[in-house]
Amino acid sequence: MAPLILFTYFATVIVSSAVIAITRKNLVHSLLWILLMFIHLGGIYLLLNAEFLAMVQIIVYAGAILVMFIFTIFLLNLKEEIKESVFIRSWGARLYAVLLLLFSVFIGIFTYEKQYTGPYSIDYIVKHGHTKTIGIVLFNEYLLPLIILGFILLVPLIGVGLASLRRKINGTS
Amino acid sequence: MLEFLIVTIIKTAVVLAIVLTHVALTTLAERKIIGRAQARYGPMEVGPHGILQPLADFIKIFFKEDIVPAQADKFLFRVAPLIVLVFSIVNLTVIPFTHGFILADLNVGLLFILAMASISVYGVILAGWASNSRYSFLGGIRSASQVLSYEIALGLSLAGVVLMAGSLKLSDIVIAQQKSVFGIYAIPQIIGFFVFVVSAFAETNRAPFDLPEAETELVAGYLTEYSAFRYAAFFLGEYVAMYVMASLCSLCFLGGWTVPNYVLSILPFLDKIPGIIWFAIKVYAFIFLYIWVRATFPRYRFDQLLSLGWKVLIPLGIVNILITAFLKRFV
Repeated sequence: MAPLILFTYFATVIVSSAVIAITRKNLVHSLLWILLMFIHLGGIYLLLNAEFLAMVQIIVYAGAILVMFIFTIFLLNLKEEIKESVFIRSWGARLYAVLLLLFSVFIGIFTYEKQYTGPYSIDYIVKHGHTKTIGIVLFNEYLLPLIILGFILLVPLIGVGLASLRRKINGTS
Repeated sequence: MLEFLIVTIIKTAVVLAIVLTHVALTTLAERKIIGRAQARYGPMEVGPHGILQPLADFIKIFFKEDIVPAQADKFLFRVAPLIVLVFSIVNLTVIPFTHGFILADLNVGLLFILAMASISVYGVILAGWASNSRYSFLGGIRSASQVLSYEIALGLSLAGVVLMAGSLKLSDIVIAQQKSVFGIYAIPQIIGFFVFVVSAFAETNRAPFDLPEAETELVAGYLTEYSAFRYAAFFLGEYVAMYVMASLCSLCFLGGWTVPNYVLSILPFLDKIPGIIWFAIKVYAFIFLYIWVRATFPRYRFDQLLSLGWKVLIPLGIVNILITAFLKRFV
């Protein structure tokens, strides 16, 4: 009973804060609603006994990515509220958005499996712990994708470093 | 179930009362120690040797007028101090004070502290933004980017500890530490320990990285528009965060409530002293270091602070992880 109540709470807050976030005219306010959504998303992970994912969700999304968004808004000096209407005018775009939403709902319905079958069952995770299971799977079965991802993330890092270096040289000359 | 709930509530109340008493007395200790460092007495008037000074400060600050600027974002202005305070206090739940005394022994206790620290940054950013004042805004952005930069270095230094202990659970880290050769991780991970201490100072906005105190540049940083108990909430949050960092240092690098085995073999009577005393001694030593540094070092300039974080501490943290991984694999 308790998990059901908690899930209802988290799901309601996630959906409603997401809706509120995209309808705010003040960008800082809308980012704060997204922050609320991210924290509650961490709560959903906790309900699934994925405590490592929950903490990483909060550290990475709430603690790093959203702060970067806030800094960007501050740097662009978007303090004044947006004057335009929050709704899209074009009917084509509206239809497209609705179809996209329906598509994701149907994917969710059709791929839902009540009984998961595979090597990493709930018993396995309970026995070894969630964090350890993620580590084992990630560094054994998915080692190559992980390394490729690391390289993909390294490239923009070097790019940003080079861009700021070039600006510094141009600025001084 | 009900019994468990009542016991937990009582434990929480005890921990909160002890920590808040410590915070109050730390403000007095800070003024006394800085006074001694500058060859004066510090507060002497209220009570014997000024022992009741925190009480007087408390009464004064809570009876001051609460001012909210007319042009401020009122709701966020009121919420910001609470975010800082709540997300510092919540960290006390995962700290094991002695063997078996912990409010919630999470499997990911260390990550929990990092996650809560990353959320409490929002309190600083929002305080600066919601005040609708240039000084507050600049101060808020500076403090936030300081905390964010040093959080990376802090995480890297703690990653070495996690790697060595093989667990993210704080009580497991302490036990693994006692079983290790040196008994405390500060010896094999001396680089990580150094990175942790410097980042802990910056993370809690303390001297020599206390930008909000740099009056000549920023008035009072993000605290400029705050007064009365909202200012006190920020202040309380900062001191609780100091205690959390001191506890984390004690648990991850100095062995928590345990004493290294080689010390026990020389002085066996030390085993009789309860673990909570050892933990407290280590925490007090770290708090004393905080105050000592404040009395001794000049403040860093903002650009020096950021380049120290990014160009010195983060590379050192990565070197520490590499050394730790090497030790763990081959030694």
